Amino acid sequence: MSASAVCSHRISIVTGHYGTGKTEFAVNLALALAAEGASVMLADLDIVNPYFRSRERRDLLENVGIRLISSSQACSDADVPALPAELLAILENRDIRGVLDIGGDPVGARVLARFQPKIVQEDYQLIYVLNANRPEVRTAEAAIAYLRGIEATTGLVCSGIVNNTHLCGETTEEEIRKGAALAESVSRETNIPILCHVAEEKFVPALSDLPETVFPITIKMKKPWE
Amino acid sequence: MAKELWKGNEAIAEAAIRAGCDCFFGYPITPQSEVPEYMSVHLPKAGGVFVQSESELAAINMVYGAAGAGMRAMTSSSSPGISLKQEGITYLAGAELPAVIINCMRGGPGLGTIQPGQGDYFQATRGGGNGDYRTVVLAPSNVQETVDFVQEAFDIADMYRNPVMVLCDGLIGQMMEPIEWKPIPKRDLPPKDWAAGGRKGRADHNFITSIFLDAEECESHNDRLTAKYAEMEEKEVRWEEVQCEDAEVLITAYGTPARIALTALETLRSEGIKAGLFRPITLWPFPEKALHALAGQEHIKAVLDVEMSTTGQMLDDVRLAVEGQKPISYLGHAGGVMPTVEEMIESARKALKEVK
Repeated sequence: MSASAVCSHRISIVTGHYGTGKTEFAVNLALALAAEGASVMLADLDIVNPYFRSRERRDLLENVGIRLISSSQACSDADVPALPAELLAILENRDIRGVLDIGGDPVGARVLARFQPKIVQEDYQLIYVLNANRPEVRTAEAAIAYLRGIEATTGLVCSGIVNNTHLCGETTEEEIRKGAALAESVSRETNIPILCHVAEEKFVPALSDLPETVFPITIKMKKPWE
Repeated sequence: MAKELWKGNEAIAEAAIRAGCDCFFGYPITPQSEVPEYMSVHLPKAGGVFVQSESELAAINMVYGAAGAGMRAMTSSSSPGISLKQEGITYLAGAELPAVIINCMRGGPGLGTIQPGQGDYFQATRGGGNGDYRTVVLAPSNVQETVDFVQEAFDIADMYRNPVMVLCDGLIGQMMEPIEWKPIPKRDLPPKDWAAGGRKGRADHNFITSIFLDAEECESHNDRLTAKYAEMEEKEVRWEEVQCEDAEVLITAYGTPARIALTALETLRSEGIKAGLFRPITLWPFPEKALHALAGQEHIKAVLDVEMSTTGQMLDDVRLAVEGQKPISYLGHAGGVMPTVEEMIESARKALKEVK
């Protein structure tokens, strides 16, 4: 299935508990959409983390024509909680396919609240990224509590779950399946559909029995020794 | 036990709670703010006390008070905040109080940058505060080691009645890695019968101070401390040697650069260059004897020290240990820039070429 079919709304807002791998998913999603010919803008709205933000991959993204909007372009290493005015370009230009990479937790999602009146007028999807190996969201109950917290903070409604369960370089097929089971119980209790299971390319063939799409990624947010 | 994915800073906080940390006093600063954030939520649930102090100075002095009352106390900060805590650290050492201090280093000097750095080596190992004192400095190079060392740090502190620092760089605090909560061997610790926690039936109060106005009394206090530091040097020194058995070029590095060095070793070895890594795990006590002996081996031709510091700080200890037996070259970056695998490989090649 194409990326534009998996995330079928004009604006994909990527949220979740911090450390679940939102940025890795957001960067890969933007790249996949661009590869399918869409005019893509990726907004790095992470005001929570000082490192490992999508703005660190500016060159990679711009080389394939993706416009990166980040909160402090003049000083990309700072942790200033300021938002770029350019974000409006995604909200107002309906020819743009937008991916919004949001910082972790309801705290990180707070940046969206001021744009809520504009966002709800657009074809948007609030995506909740899950990682069953993150201790604070490993149960359906805890994961749903974070999800509801993000919805309450942003005033937006979540309509898609992404299973991004991994253990960095130690990920196995079983880990992804463990996450699929968690995503399924969250989906069952909330009636929010699972959009996809994220997996490095090498795991994709072995996961073909999963009922939902497996979204293949290559790791872009590498550590300095990787 | 199954592995879990933890961010370095939150893992530091959780490790401290698991080690029985009673009190945490801190003040936010990037890139370590997740430590107090996690503590504020989870330490009270575990029965402990969390205080966000009005400043770093207040935090370290709260640590002094709590440690003096016999509590397991901890504070954490990043470089500029640790500078502010130096007075408190020398008072802790002088008053022989156990405490755990986390420094999640960023680039300096001054306010510097929020990106990772290693410019606080001198401050940590030489004592940024006044007087003759030492603190054990543990330098983890991944998140697993960080959680293990934080738990051990409390025991080391209690064992010697001395502050212990866990010195990591911002990258370790900020990155996500799979870890396992392993049982940490507990030490047989002396009772805290010195603590100012009430008379408990004794005739006299315990008294905690770092002031000894009589010169001879102050010197004998220093002599006692010095004997304690000698014991720590003997018993607490730690290091790791990777592929050193036949190495011709020896890389010395700690923390994140040591991690980068592991990847560099793979490439160098695949090119037929015999490279090894000597990684000090305790920066004080520095594994001087081990490095001296290794550098004296005939197969070692050159030493390359790599740090996230432009001046080279551990480099001084490397020179003292190598004692001129082999040539030492240096690769350093600062201001939040990290050495790359490629330039480490290039520097190792060059170091070897110069002696061959």
